[in-house]
Amino acid sequence: MEVSVENLTKSYGFQKAVDNISFKVDTGEIVGFLGPNGAGKTTTMKIITCFMGCNEGDVKIGGISVQANPEEVKRHIGYLPETNPLYKEMPVIDYLQFVAEIQNVPKPKIRGRIFEIVSTCGLKAEKYKKIGELSKGFQQRVGLAQALIHDPEVLILDEPTSGLDPNQIVEIRELIKKIGREKTVILSSHILAEVEATCDRIIIINKGILVADGTASSLRKQAQDKEIVKVTIEDGPNEEIYRSLQALETVELVDLLPHYTQAFEVQSKAGMNSRKAIFKLCVEKGWSLTEMTPVERKLEEVFRDLTITN
Amino acid sequence: MNKIWIITKRELRSFFDSLMAYVMIVLFLGFSGFFTWIFGSDIFLVGQASLQSFFGISYWTLFFFIPAITMGLLAEEQKSGTIELLITKPVSDWQIITGKFLAAFLLICITLVLTLPYYITVANIGKIDHSAVLMGYLGLLFMSAAYISIGLFTSSITNNQIVALLAALFIGIFFHLIFSLVSSSSGGWFANLLGYLSLGTHYESMARGVIDSKDILYFLSIIFAGLLGTELVMSRRHGST
Repeated sequence: MEVSVENLTKSYGFQKAVDNISFKVDTGEIVGFLGPNGAGKTTTMKIITCFMGCNEGDVKIGGISVQANPEEVKRHIGYLPETNPLYKEMPVIDYLQFVAEIQNVPKPKIRGRIFEIVSTCGLKAEKYKKIGELSKGFQQRVGLAQALIHDPEVLILDEPTSGLDPNQIVEIRELIKKIGREKTVILSSHILAEVEATCDRIIIINKGILVADGTASSLRKQAQDKEIVKVTIEDGPNEEIYRSLQALETVELVDLLPHYTQAFEVQSKAGMNSRKAIFKLCVEKGWSLTEMTPVERKLEEVFRDLTITN
Repeated sequence: MNKIWIITKRELRSFFDSLMAYVMIVLFLGFSGFFTWIFGSDIFLVGQASLQSFFGISYWTLFFFIPAITMGLLAEEQKSGTIELLITKPVSDWQIITGKFLAAFLLICITLVLTLPYYITVANIGKIDHSAVLMGYLGLLFMSAAYISIGLFTSSITNNQIVALLAALFIGIFFHLIFSLVSSSSGGWFANLLGYLSLGTHYESMARGVIDSKDILYFLSIIFAGLLGTELVMSRRHGST
């Protein structure tokens, strides 16, 4: 079931929280929703889950509009809100029973489904405890369990791993990946490594505007059109190597790397490639080229570039 | 219908889990029992086999207890954010509101059922007007429903339970007392209007054993107005514009 967000706009007073955002997520895709605080991630998610209305545009889930038929749409969505609100006074199992009933899980299947979900989310030992007595990590699992109980086709997870310990984070990531094979998953996060590890695609929004949409590697490429290589050249005087590198036709900029003795960072001119030229230069001069590695930009830098500008 | 019942069930259960229900029942039975049997113009003083004194006292105890039951219904969910989960489930606002309304109403029903021993006892002491008792109970149920509806509305406008409680009492006191007081001290069409708006007028006529479609219409309009107000506040909250 695909989710398509079409020209979505939502303002609070004069401030636009979401400004004309459009994107599409297909079945079997896990999409990471990135952006600094207050970028409009949560607002977008709240509109997709029918908690909020929007001013313009529409969201369609499997072709059904959230405005025209919210009750039909809500059936297919599992939602874990950012604050993970839960009825603290209820025991875990009663709460899951309540959610299963309200989500139209057929009566005879409810018990089996609860049993299944309790073991997938690692809540077996805690199922009779009151939710309020559980630690934050376990409460997060209960939140995830209630989102999954009716086996939804679309999962909207607002920071699903917040408050979990590193082991749990890995488990939950694996769980999301497993689920994501057949379903449509949109998750938001601040942790870039997490998004890179779990998501097939990344959408970055800033100040309500969509600034990037693509796979992690395509985003890197998009932000970096100039090739950068790190080279280490030995058996020659530093200064001469530096000057010769700078003199190459394809090279735009050479940096002597600190903390290394004879390592340089060579940036080529846009669209050009200087690796061959560097190699030939070393052969001509009789220097030894001991290292040449392409420098990949980190996703953090891409993120910063896209969201800090202006 | 099924969805409404699921919400009602959960809500009723949380009344009992949080001890709210027990406190309410014990206090209500204590107050009404004390004034019906032991103190003031109790049954032995009046010397009649009727439950008039019980209905008179319940009129006031319920007025105070109902806002305490309803104050958390929506305010608490809005404060903790659980309302977000509820709204994003496949239920409509009306189902949520009706479910919560029914839960509070059922709690009052349970409480009133527990006062049936009063009736049985009095019926054994002397000759009791059975239809008057029935009407009296009906009057109490209608009155409770009206105040639950008002309480649910005030609970929807705030995140704070105490504010919801005080607002419900504030709105309630007009229907309960002020309209009839002003009405009796003034004259003309204004007095008639206020007299009609006063809840006491309608309740008393029912408690005396008279049933009139005007009274029922009056209670139903308050209930409906309260629920409609709640729905409007809720739909504005999550901005479905």
